[in-house]
Amino acid sequence: MTDVRQRTSPLEWEYAPAPEARDIVKFQERYGLFIGGELVEPRSKEWFPTISPATEEQLAEVALAGAEDVDAAVGAARNAFENGWSTLRPAERAKYLYRIARLLQERSRELAVAESLNGGKPIKESRDVDVPLAAAHFFYYAGWADKLEYAFPNRRPAPLGVAGQIIPWNFPLLMLAWKIAPALAAGNTVVLKPAETTPLTALIFADVCRQAELPAGVVNIITGDGSTGAHLVRHRGLDKIAFTGSTEVGKAIQRELAGTGTRLTLELGGKAANIVFDDCALDQAIEGIVNGIYFNQGHVCCAGSRLLVQEPIAELLIAKLKRRLETLRLGDPLDKNTDIGAINSRAQLERIRELVASGEEEGAEIYQPPCVLPEKGYWFAPTVFTNVAQSYRIAQEEIFGPVLSVLTFRTPDEAIEKANNTAYGLSAGVWTEKGSRILCMAQRLRAGVVWANTFNRFDPASPFGGYKESGFGREGGRHGLEPYLRFEE
Amino acid sequence: MAREQEMAASATRLDSMAAASTLPTPSFPGGFELPLAFRLPRIGSVDAVALEARAAELAKRSIKKDSKLAALELAVRMMDLTTLEGADTPGKVSALCSKAIRPDPVDRTVPSVAAVCVYPNLVAGAKARLAGSGVKVASVATAFPSGQTSTALKVAEVREVVVLGADEVDMVIDRGAFLSGRYSKVYDEICQVKEACGEAHLKVILETGELGTYDNVRRASLLAMAAGADFVKTSTGKVSPAATLPVTLCMLEAVRDVHDETGRVVGMKPAGGIRTAKQAIQYLCVLHETLGTQWMTPDLFRFGASSLLNDVLMQIRKQKTGVYQSLDYFTSD
Repeated sequence: MTDVRQRTSPLEWEYAPAPEARDIVKFQERYGLFIGGELVEPRSKEWFPTISPATEEQLAEVALAGAEDVDAAVGAARNAFENGWSTLRPAERAKYLYRIARLLQERSRELAVAESLNGGKPIKESRDVDVPLAAAHFFYYAGWADKLEYAFPNRRPAPLGVAGQIIPWNFPLLMLAWKIAPALAAGNTVVLKPAETTPLTALIFADVCRQAELPAGVVNIITGDGSTGAHLVRHRGLDKIAFTGSTEVGKAIQRELAGTGTRLTLELGGKAANIVFDDCALDQAIEGIVNGIYFNQGHVCCAGSRLLVQEPIAELLIAKLKRRLETLRLGDPLDKNTDIGAINSRAQLERIRELVASGEEEGAEIYQPPCVLPEKGYWFAPTVFTNVAQSYRIAQEEIFGPVLSVLTFRTPDEAIEKANNTAYGLSAGVWTEKGSRILCMAQRLRAGVVWANTFNRFDPASPFGGYKESGFGREGGRHGLEPYLRFEE
Repeated sequence: MAREQEMAASATRLDSMAAASTLPTPSFPGGFELPLAFRLPRIGSVDAVALEARAAELAKRSIKKDSKLAALELAVRMMDLTTLEGADTPGKVSALCSKAIRPDPVDRTVPSVAAVCVYPNLVAGAKARLAGSGVKVASVATAFPSGQTSTALKVAEVREVVVLGADEVDMVIDRGAFLSGRYSKVYDEICQVKEACGEAHLKVILETGELGTYDNVRRASLLAMAAGADFVKTSTGKVSPAATLPVTLCMLEAVRDVHDETGRVVGMKPAGGIRTAKQAIQYLCVLHETLGTQWMTPDLFRFGASSLLNDVLMQIRKQKTGVYQSLDYFTSD
């Protein structure tokens, strides 16, 4: 008998395109500003296009809010706060939040497709992570709305008033939920400014508010660019500013607000260390590393962008990691099999390119798996840098793209030292099968979130926020209510 | 000072031992072998949460059109059509063999399955019925499904089924020995069975449903491969849970590590509980994205199943004609 092995030739298997149908989303040609419960024409008379970063196709035009528009939005929010919302029975507030949560679930497919179209992220992520988590945040904070006194025993919580909220483009709907849900649960009204490149799911959310019959002016959404954000920050009619975005802008906001008495929370950049010990479950650690840095094209403030590997397994781990990268599927964000979508904007792509070039110049060794980048749109292949020194820019600066820098360490002390040796402190990861080591590392890592044997996991009940230049204040959990409350003694 | 020198010398010795650990154990007067080197296949460990998350992620791949049809036809070619009942008769096995050769009498382009898997005393009949068809005969052996008998009897049983004409032997490991830490007993038994197989192919059933942890599954997979298994197989089908996606992924990762380190190519067979075409495609996605194109062949991957075949045939016809037909239009054997 002959050897049965390798008798028949293997199947060269290609996955056929499996695009999610986009006809569930009907964008309007033009969107006004959501002020006082309806979409209104901007007083600025200015509009700008919003595109799909995967194809550069224009999806809609949105209003660019000017100073007068910001003033109108803050006025509407103030009016809603004083005439009804702040004195509404807490259980009634909860009712609206539950309604919004359910509507997000009902319209989840529409929201997921819109998110992937406007932001470039793979549909599997918007479908399985962004939208369900956004709904979960509303459900979670709806539950707190009538239990605030129990959340903070022996203190008498009261709402602050009107909150200005500025959110980034990496998780447009999810960041909206992180901001709006706790603010409303605590009895505040809000003026939210979505990011310049990703306004569309926020505008669909405006329609969700209308469907939920949320009282007019409780949620106001003003689209625009950096100038709109600046108008909002400078507006003296706000009681609170919550900002998620770059450290640079965060610092500018803090300078602007110094001495005004307006409360502030900042959730800024990060350069998280993902620390892999030699006793880890290796193949699962590889998955965690991939999820840590290539999830959402690395457009994640808590991304595990610095991989610290214990030396004995470094060679083995890097070989496995490179092979794993070959299986990542880059392409159409609406394809259900896409792992890596489009870079959010041309500006971001330029920044990634610039930093990657600096890494090569400084002497790090670059690896990119063979993959074909689409001709139109903004794309960047998943990238790994090895032989990275702590002093290189790619080990210090936030790249906010699918670029991983690999460093090695010898002992737990060295790992801690390297991990903490950064201006940031948002998140970190530890991979080891030794429980006591996890606890010891978590205690010594200066980071707001430490994941053990996993990465990039979020839950509404878990607080999230940073140390140092990663900002201050916490979002999520009971902690996430506090920035939206004052306490009457 | 003398003590420091001694320690330094002993450290060097450990290093050289670690470096040489792929070689036969040398003799160390007063010492012993201590394998410290980080090399594959390392026993290592498996993180259950992350493993299951990865399997769930792969299960969400969306396979359409041509790629679906190609996968379904491959699934037919990878099938070990199985009947392992106390009530099996030559008549039943003969019918199953006919189905194996020509799964869909209406559509002759549908290929034959890989093998028919039966109990030992039905091997001769199956062999005769399948002669010249290219479909292999696989026989379970070694006191299937429990494996609770002496090694001598197990080896004798294997010899007998090989003489009767079995092309492939599906053995079970001694889970009792494994779970009580007597790994060498398990290893030796597999070695002896492998020898008794001669030319026949050996599939080693780990019965993962009884092993309790993925760490154990990985350990048993490495043990079986080290002892000469041509295939590692999840389950007998008599214990629940049988094959699952995460357990298959765990075993495929062990197969991959063995290949990386030793170049040895080992096959994989999930068996039991795979009933739908959709599940079969999920397994193929896990295989494809863990081991790559090289393993996408019946020579290196099999499905142990009985009711799966008709569902796959139904889906193939749906892909070709655009409409579903009821099970009445597919033969049940």
